[in-house]
Parts: sequence; structure tokens; C-alpha cells
Amino acid sequence: MKYKSQKVAYWFFALAMLLLALQLVYGFIMGFAHMGYDGLHQFIPFNTARAVHTNLLVVWILTGFMGAAYYIIPEEAECELVSTKLAYIQLITLALVGVAAVIGYHFNYWEGRKFLEIPRPLDWLVVINVLTFLGIILATLFKGKKRTTTSLVLTMGLVFAALLYLPGMIWFDNQTMDSFFRWWVVHLWVEGVWELIMGGILAFLLIKITGVDREVIEKWLYIIVGLTFLSGILGTGHHYYYIGTGKMWLIIGGIFSALEPLAFLGMALFALAMYRKGEKRHPNKIALSWTLGTAIVSFVGAGLLGLAHTLPQVNMYTHGTLVTAMHGHMAFWGAYGMIVLAIIAFSMPNLTGRKRYTNNTNVFAFWMSNIGMLGMTVAFGVAGVAQVYLERKVGMDFGDVQQEIQVHFFILILCAVLFTSGIAAYIYEFVKYGKPTDEAIEN
Amino acid sequence: MLSKSQAKIFFLGGTIVTFAIFLGLSWHTLSTEVPKNTHEENLTEAVVRGKHLWESNNCMGCHTILGEGAYYAPELTKVYDRRGEGYIKSVLMSSGPWAPRGRKMVAYNMSEEEAQDMVSFFKWIGETDLNGFPPEPDLKQQN
Ligand code: HEM
Ligand code: HEM
Ligand SMILES: [Fe+2]
Repeated sequence: MKYKSQKVAYWFFALAMLLLALQLVYGFIMGFAHMGYDGLHQFIPFNTARAVHTNLLVVWILTGFMGAAYYIIPEEAECELVSTKLAYIQLITLALVGVAAVIGYHFNYWEGRKFLEIPRPLDWLVVINVLTFLGIILATLFKGKKRTTTSLVLTMGLVFAALLYLPGMIWFDNQTMDSFFRWWVVHLWVEGVWELIMGGILAFLLIKITGVDREVIEKWLYIIVGLTFLSGILGTGHHYYYIGTGKMWLIIGGIFSALEPLAFLGMALFALAMYRKGEKRHPNKIALSWTLGTAIVSFVGAGLLGLAHTLPQVNMYTHGTLVTAMHGHMAFWGAYGMIVLAIIAFSMPNLTGRKRYTNNTNVFAFWMSNIGMLGMTVAFGVAGVAQVYLERKVGMDFGDVQQEIQVHFFILILCAVLFTSGIAAYIYEFVKYGKPTDEAIEN
Repeated sequence: MLSKSQAKIFFLGGTIVTFAIFLGLSWHTLSTEVPKNTHEENLTEAVVRGKHLWESNNCMGCHTILGEGAYYAPELTKVYDRRGEGYIKSVLMSSGPWAPRGRKMVAYNMSEEEAQDMVSFFKWIGETDLNGFPPEPDLKQQN
């Protein structure tokens, strides 16, 4: 690392690791419940487990993004963060709000709006927290010597993500309106502005790891995020097919969302091309694996598996089934889970000064988590397709279908064990690195 | 090939144009389509109270409605047609966990009024024009 204040990033990454571990615990609770073992029902009913699982997911990823920004922005802007004290306060309050929300979910204190379960009063604390974060980042950029495209795209993604949170906070009496604006958060995040954040982090990593000229990388960054918005904004329509918002979206959503995979394809081809082109061979090979991995797995999980159910003719049958859960897992993992693990893998040796780079545990973590996730995706997929067929084609009752597909949740749990062993190895490595130190500063 | 500044124009131009179109279409949807398709004139206070209960209990954490939610329990948009008022009320007012085929639902132990509000909500949402969702099972044995 080059600047002392970059050390803040470590603590954000540490919080992200902790939340990730907890997320998986609640995943297992749901997996077992689907299999018929719901012994915890009285204390942690399915809806509690689900709200915790998905909210921890979103929060660990956002925490990872914040850490990434605190690491990347000083290096790109060539100056220290304006205030590390404020950054630490921001971290602690973020953790507190998160803990409060998760505890609330165990006591029926929430808003049942998928992914936006945080109650409105806590939403306001989130807003203040994120404003503090953005304030620090923007002030640092403003003060800094340079404003690179990479840092601007990253910052733009973060600012838009914050703005898009607001429509999700409006109260509507009409369920359809509620859902309409819920997608402004959920869809425009993952298929819009988060891709800017991902693109920014990816560009930073590729510049550092491959040594390819910044001008070339950043040109491609613009093209990729251009494709993202060009397809993704109107692509929101793929959530407006069957919720009472009219026929027009069948066409608009169908066409534009079918173009969305192009941005992910672009990301994959770009990362591979830069890797081939690069002269430099950075010793941090495991960071390279995660970087190329995120570009490829996001294309499969978001691009291909998204495309698989995005046309209205298909979505009519798959809408709101386990097919969606299949896609949701691999897309979130490939695009946002892996990019966060990539920036952590890259920055840890620089923050702590310990050049552990590639070792057996690292490599195990990478492959086990990916193989496990692939297996989980297949298990959800098989269960989902069977569900669609039996329920929506043959007309069997929901409950009877669930009994037919229980066995796939056994496979899901087996694969989840592989996945979890990979994550455990990753976290073990993280802990092994130890704390960041000023001695790691290089000039 | 494109230069970096041309790439930047592609990004900014594409974003501004598609976002403007998106806002226009959204306006049309919210001002004309939604009131018509959801029969907004039938959106009574009981329905709104029902929606409140739906949210404050996070029913969407197990069920789907309008195809959105979780995949642990049945889709409920058409539940009023499928099961009728009596059945729905007895599930919601039950003081022990309702557990068809062994899969438990939280025992909400609702009052008569609350259960009635939920029924109003389901009745209202069941009438929404959903472009044909959920689909008719076309392989179902006719007998
Ligand atoms: C990294 C990017 C992506 C992530 C993290 C992601 C994640 C998700 C999640 C979590 C859902 C469920 C949302 C809910 O019901 O509230 C979902 C739904 C959906 N996604 Fe994605 N997605 C991504 C990209 C894409 C792309 C590129 C496409 C299309 C090509 C796509 C197509 C769909 C469709 C059609 C649905 C609706 C499924 C349904 O009707 O139940 N997704 N996605
Ligand atoms: C131990 C590993 C895991 C297990 C056993 C697991 C299991 C589950 C289950 C059973 C559901 C609920 C499906 C339903 O509503 O019926 C779910 C939802 C979800 N999980 Fe996981 N999960 C695991 C890890 C992950 C990871 C690593 C991610 C992301 C990177 C993730 C992202 C999601 C998302 C986005 C949803 C909501 C999907 C939707 O609504 O379509 N999960 N998970
Ligand atoms: Fe989407």
C-alpha cells in the first residue's frame, strides 16, 4: 500500500468476512427446512432465516465495496483519505445498524418487502451512514491530485447506488406500485449501478495485476458500463411482465434484458484479453484467479442463467420459482461475491506486508467455493425445473411438488458443505495474514 | 476502433437517452396502466390494512405474491379464488402452526378483523390484470 489511511479497508473487509460466515449459517437453516427438517421453526422460522440470509449477503457485499473504495480511492487520487476517524465511526455504526436489523428480524420487526426488509426508521440510519461514507470518498477525490476514470466510475456507482435506495423507502398503498419501485432498488442495483462498482474494481485490479496501459483498460471500462446501462435500465422491464404494469413491458423488457448479458460477456472477454496482453507477471497469482474468475462466473451466473429465464414466454412459467433462486445464487456469487474476494485477495499482502500470495489453502478456497457453488446452482436448477413442470404445466398442488423435489435439497446441502469449506479456508487465510501495519507502506 | 473519449460519449449518451425513455415509460405505467390493471377504485381501507399486515409479518419471507417473494410456501395472488374466505381465515386465526404435509407456517393467531383485512387484500389483488400469470397448467389431466 502507498497511503497510511488505506488501512481502514482492512477493518471493512474483516466485517465482511464475519457477515459472510453468518450468512451461510442461515442458508443451511433454510436448506434443511426445505428438506423437511425445520426443528428451529419456533425460534427461527423460514422468513426470519431468509431475511437474515439475504440481508447479510447485501450488507457484506456493500461493506466489501466500501472497503474496496477506501483502499482504491487514495491510491488512484494519490492522497490520504480526508479522515480515517470518521471512516472508523462509519464502520462501527454500520455494524450496529446491521446487528439491530438482524436482531429485529428474530422478533417480527421488519417490513416484508423482499431484500428491503430493514424497517423505515433504521433505513434513515443507513442513509446517514452512507452519506458519511460518500462524503469521505468525494472529499478525498476532490482533494486528490488525480481523478482517474477508474476512480470516477467506482464513485459514480457508489453515489447512484445510494440514490437508488431512496425510491425503496416510499410507502405505497398499492402492492403493484410498491413492487414497481422495489425493482428500482433491486434490479437497478444488481443489473445497473453495482456493475459500475464491479467494473471500477475490476479495472483497478487489471491495471495493477496485468500491467496493461491504463488508457486501454479504461477505454474498455467505458464501453462495458455503457453496455450495462444501455441494456440494464430498460431491462428493468423483465420484472414488470406479470405484476399488473401493462403489456408494453413484455416487449421492452424482453428485448433490452436479453441484451444485458452483453455487458457481462464484455467483462469476461476484456479481463481475459488484458490478462493475455499483459507483460507484467504479478506474483499475487491467487488475486489474478479471483479477478478472472469473477469476470467469467458472473457471465455464466448473471449473463447466461439470467438469459435463460428473461424472455416473457419463459418467465411466465419460471417467475417466482426455485429457478429464480438458482440464478440468484450464481449471479450474486460470481459478480459481487467474487469481486469482493478478489480485491481482498489482492490487497491483503499490501496491507499487512506479508507476501503470502499463493499457497495450498488459498487455492483450495478458490476451487472449493466455486465448485460448491456450481453444484448448488445445479441442485436449485434441477429442483426449479421440476417444480415449474409439475406445478405450472401439470398442475400439481404446491405442497405435493415440494415433497417430490425434497431430495434435491439434500444435494444442495452437500454442495453447500463444499462451498462452505472453501469459504472457511478463505477466512482462515484472512485471519492468518494478521493486522495491517504502517511498515507495509511502499514508496 | 473507438478512442477513449468516444467510449465516454457512448457511455454518457446511452445512459442519458435510455434513462429518459425509462422515466417516460414509467410515468405512463404509473399514471394509466397501474390504476386500470389493479382496479385502484377497489383499493379500500381494509385492503390497505391487509397490506400492512402482509408487510409487518413478512409473509413474503415464505410465500410469493405477484410472483415475488420466497419459494417455501405457495403463491398467493389467486388464493382467494383457490381457497375462499373461510379457509384463509382459519389458517390465519389458528393458534398452533398450520402444517399441511408437515411444512409449518407461523401461527399468527390473528383476530377476526385482522383475518378479514387479509382476505380483503387477497380479494383485491386477485383481480389484478397480470397478463395471464399464473399460467394455466396445460398438461393437466381433464376429467
Ligand atoms: C450480477 C447480476 C445479477 C444478479 C446479482 C441477479 C440476481 C437476481 C436475483 C436475486 C433475483 C430475484 C429477485 C427478486 O425476486 O427479488 C433475480 C431475478 C431475475 N433476474 Fe437476475 N441477476 C443478475 C443479472 C441478471 C441478468 C443479466 C439477467 C437477464 C439476462 C437477469 C434476469 C433475471 C430475471 C428474468 C429475474 C426474474 C425472475 C423471476 O421472474 O422470478 N438477471 N436476479
Ligand atoms: C451455505 C450455503 C448456502 C445455502 C445452503 C443457501 C440456501 C438458500 C436457500 C434455501 C434460499 C431460499 C430459497 C427459498 O426462498 O426457498 C436462499 C436464498 C438466497 N440465497 Fe442462499 N444459500 C447459501 C449461500 C448463498 C450465497 C453464498 C449467496 C450469494 C453469494 C446466496 C444468495 C442467495 C440469494 C440472493 C437468495 C434469494 C434468492 C431469490 O429470492 O431468488 N446464498 N439461499
Ligand atoms: Fe433484473
